[in-house]
Amino acid sequence: MGLRLGLETVAARTVGALSRAAGRGGGTTLPGKLLWRLDPGAVDALAARLERGVALVSATNGKTTTTAMAAGILEREHRLAWNRAGANLLSGLASALVAGTDAELGLFEVDEAALPEAIVRTRPRAVLLSNLFRDQLDRYGELEIVAERWRAAMEELPPETVLLVNADDPVVADLADGRERALRFGLDDPTHARPALQHAADSKYCLRCGAPYAYAAAYVGHLGDYRCEVCGHARPPLDVAATRIELVGMHGSRFRLVTAREELDVELALPGLYNVYNAVAASALALSLGASVASVRAGLEGFSAAFGRFERIPAGGKRVVVLLIKNPAGANEALRTLETGVPPVLVVALNDAIADGRDVSWIWDVDFEPILPHVDRVVASGERAEELGLRLVYGGLPSEKLEVLPALEAALDRGLELIEAGTELVVLPTYTAMLALRGVLAERGLVRQYWETTAP
Amino acid sequence: MRIRVAHLYPEYLNIYADRGNIAVLARRARLRGHELEVRSIGVGDALEPGAHDLVYVGGGQDREQTAIAPDLAARGDVLRSAVSSGTALLAVCGGYQLLGRGYLGRDGVVMPGAGLFPHETVAGGTRMIGDVLLECELVPGERTMLAGFENHAGRTLLDAGAEPLGRVVHGFGNDGASGYEGCRVERAIGTYLHGPLLPRNPWLADWLLARALAHAEGGEPRPLEPLPDELEQEAFRVAAQRARARGGRSSV
Repeated sequence: MGLRLGLETVAARTVGALSRAAGRGGGTTLPGKLLWRLDPGAVDALAARLERGVALVSATNGKTTTTAMAAGILEREHRLAWNRAGANLLSGLASALVAGTDAELGLFEVDEAALPEAIVRTRPRAVLLSNLFRDQLDRYGELEIVAERWRAAMEELPPETVLLVNADDPVVADLADGRERALRFGLDDPTHARPALQHAADSKYCLRCGAPYAYAAAYVGHLGDYRCEVCGHARPPLDVAATRIELVGMHGSRFRLVTAREELDVELALPGLYNVYNAVAASALALSLGASVASVRAGLEGFSAAFGRFERIPAGGKRVVVLLIKNPAGANEALRTLETGVPPVLVVALNDAIADGRDVSWIWDVDFEPILPHVDRVVASGERAEELGLRLVYGGLPSEKLEVLPALEAALDRGLELIEAGTELVVLPTYTAMLALRGVLAERGLVRQYWETTAP
Repeated sequence: MRIRVAHLYPEYLNIYADRGNIAVLARRARLRGHELEVRSIGVGDALEPGAHDLVYVGGGQDREQTAIAPDLAARGDVLRSAVSSGTALLAVCGGYQLLGRGYLGRDGVVMPGAGLFPHETVAGGTRMIGDVLLECELVPGERTMLAGFENHAGRTLLDAGAEPLGRVVHGFGNDGASGYEGCRVERAIGTYLHGPLLPRNPWLADWLLARALAHAEGGEPRPLEPLPDELEQEAFRVAAQRARARGGRSSV
């Protein structure tokens, strides 16, 4: 095994270097794909070599940011193998394992559908599960199918593994029900609750009896402090919580991180309640892996953005702010950060490749309505620009304020042309549109390719 | 004119943008000087025969569909009599299945339906997911194309002689084998094409609106004034192209 593994990993590294040299997608998954094809068991063997074990992170929304935040904390104490570019299938894990020769700890975001196999192969020390929203139904089928797979995967979880769950998501919290080694995190600040569940709210009926949950506070989609008034099923007590949350528009947030032993005030350079969720999740994970409170604070406060997630890129006296949107819940939170100061110009880009979701109907579940009366111009772009344009017009955008420019580069330039010098252009792209737009900015030397980004 | 719409179970059946279909109907009615009055009908709420010109039933995830299925099944008589007296109806995905005679689940249990559409649905092992292009002929001699997206595990089998919504040009359709999609009974349309179908297929929105108006005003459906639909046509063109390129292939 040892010799074979050695040869395969050398071969895989060579392929990665060649692929990067050829400029094709950064080689983030190619070496792993090769290794994965040659010998899937190599993932098990490489993971087993990590002396501090493996931690896995999965969720519909926030995987990449949460994992990057946890890395920002944990790399202060350990050498990490992590899939920073977001290649989150087993082949992506294989690539990160191959690249991290001297790593002590593996930290991996994992695609929701790939989680069961990742658990079996890496035998993680800790698993963090953050949320389940309706996402790319064309790819995963229904939310309940993913939930069912996760339930089955929990059966495979070694008893010594720490399971960290978002207590505010009924379906996710339930996965840790009755488990001894579990940590529950969530938000505790009703001043930030939504007045009502959003249109796209998913798991709003009691898991036990089917009656609608009553929410003491609904924070993001169906995440919140829920209770069934019929059977009493309710959010479990929080082990790690964010309290006293302050949101500072598009610029950042502050909160107090509260655990059984510590209280810590944190300043985050990322806006939005969903990033507070990501930060609490990352902190809970890092603390469960033995990180110090000082590292948690330093890691979170030093964190700027994962690529494409609230990333600010200078562009000739102006700046581009990229807010990835990929499903209703995530897009609603991105839009919510704009509500306090709606920018005059928005570029929204909708692609429909597999990674974006081939089914574009999710845009109709996004609440664009609150911001549309306040914008002067929206440039709709991407492969399904017209479909997006229709969504915005039916959402109340006057047709004369809409420009439809399917070509991404043209839309970006038009957006930059429309804004004043010294201001920011807000761009909301789906996943492949985000990669393509970053590619355009990289070609202009304004930002590095995503596989070259260093840890924040 | 006021067009009275009953939206069935919007709290439960709303997956992927059923509100988009309603928004299209409302806007296209408004642009012609009519008003859409949408009433939500929940479990146990009264549905008076004849009180509505158009009924809308959307789709949901399994859990939500199971929750409302008995209530919907019990409304079979009211819905059949409404449709036979000229009420228009659009049912999408789960709503389409539940308006048939029944759904045979993988556990062997039959969930009874409302019996409006002459079909039965059987749960399948794989989901049929992808872009779809149909050719329809709702008005004899007028062929129209419909572009949408399907995502269903159920195989819907139409009775012999039942009228489908259209012929599948690209995609899976009702059962992946018959070559047909959807079902039509008078002014009632059921289809798997979800999330929202009407924005890029404005002719179908107008077909439904004209019939709902006829029900409201009495008399036969009359053509509606055309609207500038350039963006709609372009969205249709791209969606149809997707169906040609990749419809009826991926399956999870």
